[in-house]
Amino acid sequence: MINFQYLRTTTAKSAIALLVKDKNAKFLAGGTNLIDLMKRGVTAPEKLIDINHVPLKQIEQIGNKIHIGALASNSAVAEHALIKEKLPLLSWALQAGASAQLRNVATVGGNMMQRTRCGYFYDTEMPCNKRQPGTGCGAMGGFNRMHAIFGTSEKCIAVHPSDMCVALTALDAEVVLANAKGERKMLFKDFHRLAGDTPQLDNNLKANEMIIRLEIPVNNLAKNYHYLKVRDRASYAFALVSVAAAFELNNNKITDIRLAMGGVAHKPWRLTASENFLKGKEATLSNFEQAAQLAMKDAKGFGGNDFKLKLAPNTIIEALNLAKSKV
Amino acid sequence: MKSSDQKPNEGDSRRDFLKKSSVITAIALTPGVAVKAAENKADERFAELFEKIPLKLTVNNKAYQTMVEPRVTLLDYLREELHLTGTKKGCDHGQCGACTVHVDGQRVNSCLSLAVMNEGKKITTIEGLANGETLHPMQAAFIKHDGFQCGYCTPGQIMSAVACVREGHTGSRAEISEYMSGNICRCGAYPNIVDAIIEVKEGGATV
Repeated sequence: MINFQYLRTTTAKSAIALLVKDKNAKFLAGGTNLIDLMKRGVTAPEKLIDINHVPLKQIEQIGNKIHIGALASNSAVAEHALIKEKLPLLSWALQAGASAQLRNVATVGGNMMQRTRCGYFYDTEMPCNKRQPGTGCGAMGGFNRMHAIFGTSEKCIAVHPSDMCVALTALDAEVVLANAKGERKMLFKDFHRLAGDTPQLDNNLKANEMIIRLEIPVNNLAKNYHYLKVRDRASYAFALVSVAAAFELNNNKITDIRLAMGGVAHKPWRLTASENFLKGKEATLSNFEQAAQLAMKDAKGFGGNDFKLKLAPNTIIEALNLAKSKV
Repeated sequence: MKSSDQKPNEGDSRRDFLKKSSVITAIALTPGVAVKAAENKADERFAELFEKIPLKLTVNNKAYQTMVEPRVTLLDYLREELHLTGTKKGCDHGQCGACTVHVDGQRVNSCLSLAVMNEGKKITTIEGLANGETLHPMQAAFIKHDGFQCGYCTPGQIMSAVACVREGHTGSRAEISEYMSGNICRCGAYPNIVDAIIEVKEGGATV
């Protein structure tokens, strides 16, 4: 690992002040992705600003929203009584991600900031438009079993690997960001980006900003929900395809529904067309199947990941079935 | 003298020999690094290359105060500086769990944590688990149930297993497997590891 200057701070204000002073500085939270990338030589920041002592670990309900500080650990959120009771979809998604050891240090903000990535991004001997813009995409025409089928670009077909972010996209979460002058709010579903012509950018956080907290509206989706993650081994692997499904049922009629997928795009992928189709309809297998077909419009395989074109709709149907039968 | 000419002195352990020879190798390499850094006009960066910062932490109930380079991981600090080599370096990328230690009571991958991030924290390694000559119940259970073959992943498995019991994720074999999935065993001792964890949990001893 190339050495760097290490700074520690205890307030968001001073963290932001240190960040804007140096364009080669990065925040260090849990470090589980960043330190790994630094060890592999994929990234080499000259300055790390350790923000672990900034008091942003709160998990609380304020009015009809649940606030989660950017530095709350993934395990603290997943195991918190309030989250288990009111946002169980989020708790499930978090437990499906990484390992117990990683969840203990990985933070909410860090989970959002982990790189959208693939094997070619990690292998510094290979071309990668994300790591080094303009060098080409190794995955296009290469080994692309794990790669995207939605919203792809010729420059990059990597997927965002987070499970947490799929649930947050489904739950209409908002992100509070701060710079030196003040705070702004962004819908969580707009935080991450598609690759387009700038695959080096994973999200819309500005260079002078810090993630402060999430705000998630309390909902009626805590009864019929499921997070279904399909992967190569039973645990501790990235999703081939994952589906966050939650709905509110009234006399078997769907009155509110959320559907989002992971492992299929450069960002968490909300299934708006499928949601609109199912709203007001009965929770039947036939309707689930039609919703899944709607979700697959515009999907595109790249050879190695063609199997996802079938796996994805099947996973949507199964997640909806499991959400319906949840007792 | 080339490092390969070094003969271990009588009474030297293999580890001492390796340490001495790697120090010599490091010195031999340093001028090259310096030249390269100067060529790249990386003077400022080069100066920081060797800048150490103070670190205070507690490991196995013993307080340490030291200077450390920011890039040193907790794993390397434990092994190379404190010579607590029970904690193993497997993949060095958070994928195998061999480096699992407890930080303020929580299991973490020490390979993905910088030592300096652990300022003021209490670390427990496999060396700190036994009570004198009395094995920790989890260590005893791993022996009883043959929870290993080659043993390389075992310190990490045991640290993770103790945390798994403390966290209460031992409701079923499936739950134990899920919450132990961050620890890979190439010998495939998984069923026996689960047996050991169940025995400790059912034994009800404080872990």
